[in-house]
Amino acid sequence: MGEELLKKLTISIIDGDDKDAVSYSREAVDKGIAPRIILEDGLMPGIRKVGEMFSKGEYFLPELLISGMAMQAAVAELEPFLNAGGMKFLTGKYLIGTVKGDIHDIGKNIVIMLLKGNGWDVTDLGVDVSPEKICATIAEGDYDVFGMSALLTVTLPAADETVKAIVKAGLRDKIKIMVGGAPVTQDFADRIGADGYAKDAFEAVNKAFNLIEKQ
Amino acid sequence: MKNSEERLSNMVIIGEKINSSRKQIAEAVITGNRMYIQNEARAQRDAGADYIDVNAAAFEGKETEYLKWIIEAVQEAVDLPLCIDSPDPEVIKKVVSLVNKPPMINSITLEPSRLDGILPIALEHGASIIGLCQTDSRLSRTTAEKVEAAGGLIDKATSAGIGINTLYIDPLVFPVGADSDSARATLDAIEEIMRRFQGVHTVCGLTNVSYGLPNRRLVNRTFLAEAVALGLDAAILDPTDKKLLGVLRAALMLAGKDRFCMDYIKAFRKGLFE
Repeated sequence: MGEELLKKLTISIIDGDDKDAVSYSREAVDKGIAPRIILEDGLMPGIRKVGEMFSKGEYFLPELLISGMAMQAAVAELEPFLNAGGMKFLTGKYLIGTVKGDIHDIGKNIVIMLLKGNGWDVTDLGVDVSPEKICATIAEGDYDVFGMSALLTVTLPAADETVKAIVKAGLRDKIKIMVGGAPVTQDFADRIGADGYAKDAFEAVNKAFNLIEKQ
Repeated sequence: MKNSEERLSNMVIIGEKINSSRKQIAEAVITGNRMYIQNEARAQRDAGADYIDVNAAAFEGKETEYLKWIIEAVQEAVDLPLCIDSPDPEVIKKVVSLVNKPPMINSITLEPSRLDGILPIALEHGASIIGLCQTDSRLSRTTAEKVEAAGGLIDKATSAGIGINTLYIDPLVFPVGADSDSARATLDAIEEIMRRFQGVHTVCGLTNVSYGLPNRRLVNRTFLAEAVALGLDAAILDPTDKKLLGVLRAALMLAGKDRFCMDYIKAFRKGLFE
């Protein structure tokens, strides 16, 4: 009985049906299924399947986004029970922003939506973020990954400066750094000493997972 | 010489193909393959481009050098004005004196660094200007923000002595797959800008709109048709895409911009449709 319900929950995530995702989550809790099981055997297989379908070209951006929203809604429903059991549903804490001088945030915003849908707690510093502000935020918080984007070649040097500032502030070991944006390449990411590069929003989510798994 | 038969009288076409974000172009530039660049320029001219966009912005640190080389190569091959495409005002300043014909500058924004230095240069060279609807702190997303930014750009440019009819406002196009209202906002802004600011032009690119969706070209073509219906009178596109140009010609005709439908009919007879 529990298994069938979890399967329905998985399908609700794949279909991006937030109402079903919430009501099945609730039903599972009421039936006494452990929140951890609901999460790991109900929700997570759904969002993983969505990612697979996207990478095969079977699913498209809007479907990814609505599945992410259904996931978020279900997790919000489960959260009190997870917290009561002393556990948190959190992939990790992600700090994000566009580099100084760059206000192009379409890509960054898509990355945020996908990260949230995959269970990340995302703090968005917005656009045109100075290295000083980034360092101060890293110093004060307990973020796992910092991701920055630059859309223009002219703002690429700001990504380099940001990494240098993080190193200089003695914060480099505290956080993993990712970089993305149209003109960014793996080679550039290596040169400035970032931990990860992603060519698009979907790859960014996978890379972020990999980075914290390695820790 | 202008290839007048293919040219559309009521639409300014900026050929987008010589852009360093395209792999083939980047490779041609790096290896100094002048012939490849020149063939891209000729193909776009023959397909009806009014301007040839030239972009080397992918080359960090070498943009000026490569852009100069591209400009020389293109001008040797075709007798069309260029659209100098760089987000860096310093690069634009360094290459603008190389052009043979009054160019289009792509682009300015309301950011002071991309506005104040460029306006006098545009005036001096008789250049047309593409103005993006963005301030120094944000991209304009809603119709109201886009129209306001357009008003700001028009104010600044005309105060600097630039004629409103040489100004092309780009209302910005965002992926409709990430925000279902975004294309509508752009379309409404085109209509409102053309209504409110007599004499100004509107321009946009077409590829952003379909990001993350299947059958992107269908979305791009349909967006172009809708934009033309609302007054768009310039576009940055691939003029060698016959399907796209077919839709464009039909859209211009339906928008009442093709007297006696002769552009459309001539294009049909010449086999320009697919």
